Amino acid sequence: MIRVALLVAGKDLRIERRSRVLLWQVLPFGVTALVLCGLALGPTHAGHSSAAPGLFYLVMLLVALLMINRAQVIESSPGTRASIATLGLDPAGVFLGKALALAVELWLTGLVVLAGSVLFLHTALSGTLEAVPSVAVTLAALAAAGTLYGALSGGGQGPATLLPILSLPAFAPLLIAGERSFSSSLHGGSLWRWWLISLVALAAYLAIGILLYGVLEES
Amino acid sequence: MIKTLSQRLLGPVTLVLLALTFWLGLWVTPPDKVQGNLARLLYVHPAIAWVALYVSFGTAAIASALYLWKRTRSVVMDRVAHCAMEVSTVFIILTLITGSIWGRPTWGVWWAWDARLTSTAILGLFELAYLALRRANDDPELRARRSAVFAIIAAVNVPIIHFSVDWWNTLHQGATVFTENGNLLVHGIMLWTLFLSLFAFTLLFFWLLRARYRVEVLRAQRYDVALDEALAQRRREGVH
Amino acid sequence: MDETPPVVILRDAVVLINGFPLLSGIDLDLDAGSLVVVTGANGAGKTSLLRLLGGLVTLSSGAGVVSGIDLKHGDLRELRRRVGWLGHEGSFYDDLTARENLTFAAKALGRPTDEIGRVLERVGLSARTSTVAKQLSAGQRRRLGLAWLLLRRPETWLLDEPYASLDDQGRTFFDDLIAEVVRGGATVVVSAHDPLRSTALSPRTLTLAGGHVVGDVS
Repeated sequence: MIRVALLVAGKDLRIERRSRVLLWQVLPFGVTALVLCGLALGPTHAGHSSAAPGLFYLVMLLVALLMINRAQVIESSPGTRASIATLGLDPAGVFLGKALALAVELWLTGLVVLAGSVLFLHTALSGTLEAVPSVAVTLAALAAAGTLYGALSGGGQGPATLLPILSLPAFAPLLIAGERSFSSSLHGGSLWRWWLISLVALAAYLAIGILLYGVLEES
Repeated sequence: MIKTLSQRLLGPVTLVLLALTFWLGLWVTPPDKVQGNLARLLYVHPAIAWVALYVSFGTAAIASALYLWKRTRSVVMDRVAHCAMEVSTVFIILTLITGSIWGRPTWGVWWAWDARLTSTAILGLFELAYLALRRANDDPELRARRSAVFAIIAAVNVPIIHFSVDWWNTLHQGATVFTENGNLLVHGIMLWTLFLSLFAFTLLFFWLLRARYRVEVLRAQRYDVALDEALAQRRREGVH
Repeated sequence: MDETPPVVILRDAVVLINGFPLLSGIDLDLDAGSLVVVTGANGAGKTSLLRLLGGLVTLSSGAGVVSGIDLKHGDLRELRRRVGWLGHEGSFYDDLTARENLTFAAKALGRPTDEIGRVLERVGLSARTSTVAKQLSAGQRRRLGLAWLLLRRPETWLLDEPYASLDDQGRTFFDDLIAEVVRGGATVVVSAHDPLRSTALSPRTLTLAGGHVVGDVS
């Protein structure tokens, strides 16, 4: 399972490095969305809002939707699916590999958007750096959940509108945990509850993916 | 014969018990000393919420799990899961509506970001997503598998959502029936009417589930007829 | 007398997608080590039959056994490991080079990667190892798919319209390769609009129409 996971993750990241979709499309989208958040807050509040952590995660949710769809589209051509199916890869390994690749991409994007939140939304640098571990765990949980929902929504062959409906309700607790822990890092407060939510969600999605991804692949 | 008799009696008994609940709740029981007549929602809102969050959603989740387990996998389980989830969606919407009706005079707004309301709303969104997923897949087996996996994920998410939202905010009134020590807060005829409402709405769920299941069976029969015609048509393509 | 059971047994096999019968009741026996050509007009069910044999679509009704695996109740993942698929669409990742695609397949199969150079040379792509798959011509992509199969060496080869987009040289190359694979004991099923050119191959020819077999010539 681990061997297959590393193989699949390496393949996805190599494809990403060559296609540069993350660099030229997703990162600019993330920064643009963050700037739009500032505009939406208005000139008085744009640089002074306590909503900054929530806006960071809202932008990351939108980025995640793009990346999840992208991860599934890579596999979605009928010929590719058929050929890969004949390799008989362990579905649990495939799930872990795709989740790992997606997590790496979200971490890279998250770092850029965090830098953007310091620049545009004036979040304190020290608090933002302190939030990095909780951001990493929350984005990892988002990646695991997103990989599952990507497969549920038809693996790139289903309608693109289905993925948001399926995944956004599930992302709600991650949004809450992420926003609360980021806020606590900025303004002080207890972090353990929010770490617990993110870690439990990560463990739950990893377990469900390992157990049930094969059922979705058979579909 | 007993099964047929109980199926026939389910509807009339449900209607009688619901009528009794409404009569007791609206006319016989006294108003609450603090909330007045607004407290009569006690005989509707908790029962609807109980059915939505535990009975119907629980039925859908269990049926989905049984569908995924090879030993118990059958089209019956898929149909039960689908029908229960549909009924659950209706009950969740009613929970939110009755909750808003209660909340308006209490909190001054139709919607407040209270933990229980919010987590109920999120669960409602999960259920709408389940129905959207079913509509997006025409192939019966594909639809059944994906829906079952999604229902399991939703069930696993219930405690995660509950605790995350609960820790995030709490405005909802506290325990309605029991204190933390297990002492009763509601007494006399109000308590009995509350229990009656729980029972009556639970029966209502099973009645609606049965009716909805029968529609699914008829739909499947119509699908089979259409399939036979499609097969015959397809074979005729090769004749000339 | 050869008592080896057929590698493929289908009885009234029906395959439905979104309620439409792609295959409307196929009865078929195929012996191991045979070469079969499946012909028919567009929409006759050729690709669907091949996908059924590869465990790439599920049997909706009827019965079927391929390579000893029941199509209704057996382990389709195991069946897919035993077959090789060459579709008329792309069979690999467009953004990986020819070598990277084959390296991925080799590692997935636990095969040594030093075979890749030999395989690419065999299919005439040694000058294209570092070319990204989406930049290969249609014929070259077909050869890359063949390289994928040569690396895998499956028991059963399922080739879906392999001659499309090939020039004369390419078609001859495919004929020779198919003959070599059949001589090696594999079962080869080819879907094609045109019959195989080499009469020396003597394939069995199935004609499909309306999702079922309307002609069977050995």
